[in-house]
Amino acid sequence: MDHLGTSVLFAGNNFSRLLGGLWTTIWIALLALLIGLILGTFLGMMRTFKNRPVRLILRLYLEFFRIVPTVVLLFLAYYILPRQLNINLPAEQVAVLTFALWVAAEFSDIVRGALISVPKHQRESGLAIGLTHWQLFRYVLLPQALTLELPATINLATRVVKTTSLLMLISVMDVINIGQQIIEANGQSHPNGIFWVYGLIFFFYFIVDYPLSLLAKKLNAANQH
Amino acid sequence: MKKFNLKKIITTGIVLGISTLFLTACGSSSKSGSAASNSNNSSSVAAIKKRGTIKVAVFGDLKPYGWVNKDGKRVGYDITLARRIAKDLGVKIKFVQVNADSRVDALSSNKVDLVLANFTVTSERKQVVDFAKAYMKVSVGVVSPKNALITNAEQLKNKTVIVSKGTTAETYFTENQKSVSLLKFDSKTQQFNALKNKRGVALADDNTYLYAWAKAHPTYQVGIKQLGDSSSIAPAVKKGNKSLLNWTNKEISKLDKQGFFEKAYNNDLKPYFSSDVKASDVIIEK
Repeated sequence: MDHLGTSVLFAGNNFSRLLGGLWTTIWIALLALLIGLILGTFLGMMRTFKNRPVRLILRLYLEFFRIVPTVVLLFLAYYILPRQLNINLPAEQVAVLTFALWVAAEFSDIVRGALISVPKHQRESGLAIGLTHWQLFRYVLLPQALTLELPATINLATRVVKTTSLLMLISVMDVINIGQQIIEANGQSHPNGIFWVYGLIFFFYFIVDYPLSLLAKKLNAANQH
Repeated sequence: MKKFNLKKIITTGIVLGISTLFLTACGSSSKSGSAASNSNNSSSVAAIKKRGTIKVAVFGDLKPYGWVNKDGKRVGYDITLARRIAKDLGVKIKFVQVNADSRVDALSSNKVDLVLANFTVTSERKQVVDFAKAYMKVSVGVVSPKNALITNAEQLKNKTVIVSKGTTAETYFTENQKSVSLLKFDSKTQQFNALKNKRGVALADDNTYLYAWAKAHPTYQVGIKQLGDSSSIAPAVKKGNKSLLNWTNKEISKLDKQGFFEKAYNNDLKPYFSSDVKASDVIIEK
């Protein structure tokens, strides 16, 4: 059995280490999504305002996070900003912050898109019965926008989970980083261990992301009715 | 239509303006950063002792220097030295796993106090970090099958030698031995497979890497242990961190006298190297 690559996965506590790495991946992604979605909702609402400077600034914010690759964002936040501003956050917090800002940027565009595609008469009827601006968002626009934005949001969530694999660049011990440690520790004795380790990591990402994509499909189908 | 274009132009202008500002800010920061380290050194020996922890950048995937064993414990030659340094400072140790590219940035952005990640001393790196006394050496070695062993650089004339792109071995042969024809590969796995398939008479790479490979493949031997000059591997601190640099230098001299490095070699490296390798091939002698 020892010559088989699978033994690499279960030697010592390799398997629980990989699970630990997966947990790091999941909590960073979840926390970033949570903060990002809340922030993104507000930013998205603000982007439907008539105020030009606000729209311009938010637009720039969106374009910045959309255009700059996530690797560069992480590098900026982890290595360059501390030098500049003298703030030194642990890698996990930097990761959550960067991802949350990224999610907020992307989500603000999804929210904006959904809000402006709510039929115009809904907005006008709301205003006609004397709702304030906030009430209009809270009771009329956001609930209707929600169903429109769900598929894109879930798509975004799966992207966030996958993109956490970049976190190894800023010393976060995520599942990929631990996988690589295991591969290198056994590289000489089990050359095909790499196949099994990455195979397992593939499976991990799959069981996290697949339910999300099923959910997206279901919600999409429900929307058609 | 005209109005739309104007808006676009303004947007582009602002984006460019902001990015220029940002870039200049980053450019100037590196200068102010190194100057600040003298007056406000968060990685000085006193600061580390006060904090109670030393942050050390190490590799997590370079066996047998810095790696993680199956119990999830960090082990290796670099790690043993790191733990000893923390012990002698009387502080706890915090490992920060880095990859080769981020070793300099980890220091300059104060993520770590010390780098012990098989950091080879080069003149380019000396300009951005300060190296302490070396604790290991490395040079280009040549591995070949035992039944057609290459022991002398002369034997390689007009023969094919396998190398990986971007390694010191590649540079050495292109600069010093032009009569050797090189067969270049992108990855370690590819280059070793090429050697097994006899696509060249020998393979050149860092000797410390080849010793470990030869151990796992007993029909091969590192026939030439050193080609050209050897380079040193040393601890690195942030540029200008005199306090920790001086302390580390003293520590290395002290450990050297105590025979620490030989012991560490026997524990951490010897089991992974082929039997013909001696401690003096790897560690620095007094």
